Amino acid sequence: MKHLALLRLAVIVLAVAAVEVLCRKGVIDAFTMPAPSKILADLWSMLISGKHNAAIAKTMSNAGVALGISIACGILIAVLVHRLLLVREALDPLFATYYAVPVIAFYPLLIILFGVGDAPKIAIATMLSIIAVIVNTLNGLDRVPRVLLKTARIVRMTHAEAALRVTLPYAMPYVLTGVKFAVAYSLIGIIGSEFIMSSDGIGFEIAFAYNNFDNATMYPLIVLVLIISIGLNLVISIWERSMLGRRGLR
Amino acid sequence: MTARWRIWRGPILLVAGLLVAWQILFVIAGEMALRSPLQTVVLTVRLLSGPQLWPHIGETMTAFAAAIFFSVTLGLATGLTLGFSRLAGLIFEPMLVAVYSIPKLTLYPILLLTFGLGMSAKVAFGAIHGIIPISLFTINAIRNIRPILIKTGRVLNYSALEMAWRILIPAALPEIFTGIRIGFALTLIGTLLGEMFASQRGLGNLLMRAMGLHNVDLIMVITFILTVVAAVASGLLLAIDRGLRHRMSAQE
Repeated sequence: MKHLALLRLAVIVLAVAAVEVLCRKGVIDAFTMPAPSKILADLWSMLISGKHNAAIAKTMSNAGVALGISIACGILIAVLVHRLLLVREALDPLFATYYAVPVIAFYPLLIILFGVGDAPKIAIATMLSIIAVIVNTLNGLDRVPRVLLKTARIVRMTHAEAALRVTLPYAMPYVLTGVKFAVAYSLIGIIGSEFIMSSDGIGFEIAFAYNNFDNATMYPLIVLVLIISIGLNLVISIWERSMLGRRGLR
Repeated sequence: MTARWRIWRGPILLVAGLLVAWQILFVIAGEMALRSPLQTVVLTVRLLSGPQLWPHIGETMTAFAAAIFFSVTLGLATGLTLGFSRLAGLIFEPMLVAVYSIPKLTLYPILLLTFGLGMSAKVAFGAIHGIIPISLFTINAIRNIRPILIKTGRVLNYSALEMAWRILIPAALPEIFTGIRIGFALTLIGTLLGEMFASQRGLGNLLMRAMGLHNVDLIMVITFILTVVAAVASGLLLAIDRGLRHRMSAQE
């Protein structure tokens, strides 16, 4: 297991090194992409100078709000819908096709409804990420063994108690799978709407830098978003795996 | 009769619910923000019977066809390779999962710089959305194949290509198809996003321009067409998917 992680690391290091060489040799010209070492140096000096910290904070706090709403409301909706068979039957085709619909197309509509500002962006990000939480929570709730439900009934738990103390804890790893997707979707929602119509945030700064051929700003910002999303994903995956491990499922 | 009703009950309830919600939203938000369901349908029929939208639809279809071609071929090739070679699978699968989870929309300026504004950029954008889910599902599908089938192939001295074509793909078809179904949806989204940001033609670009001009009619019509097409296409694929799984489980 250990040398596998090493092999993986070696592959990544080799790939980055190859790109670095290609950039330095001029096969990939600096106008298309600066060398990885330069991107990291730019990122470092950008963070130190604090030039774009306001934009980064803006995007991250908006994404955080959308993620929070999605997790809280998503779990609540899933718990409520789980027992309502007819509602479930109507929602299943929605869940199955939801991510085939370009939700971001609703952004102009939401701007008119909520006004220009953070609200329509948060709405788009929430619309994108909440479904991932609902679908995965429902999947987890479906897998709760009946013996646990019976036990809850024997000790006379109310529905709310049973949800909080039995079914949700059991479904937790599946909820976390949903949360992983929700992290990516909330970032996509916020940054995507910043690309389209906004005057601040990482998406706006990336688009602005792109229009000004400012690769020294654009690449570090893109890499920052990638680092944050992969980092969060990794943390949640480790949490998820340790939870499954305690149950002897992995 | 009752069985058929049961299949259609969910979707019918859903469409009815969405129409009611849409109408209520229209009453609350008014003409400035959106059109009512009826107005949208009338507008859509009128625009589709004229020549105005068709060049854009054609452009989007061409881009999507190219993108789905690359998604499926490259996704299958990656999935078959990684699924069949244990070590490569163990090394690369977690990386694919990590790449799957990144917000790919942020990468569009890089694709623009690499491919330039136009067809190839949006095809590439669509394909990177679709390749990874297809390969991930294919990897798992290959791993779940009963070892005896693969042994049979070895005994018959199949080459790698014959092995893939005669044994791996047929045995893993239902699961691979699920991957293709999900890849189809994501490729469509990717192509449209690519058109919105990295193109000057196509429905995505038209939508972007309508947003800039605050042309509510056009926004509603394009969103409506895209939503209906995406929902119907993935509904059909879902039905085929279920059929394949059903047939497979019946054989065992």
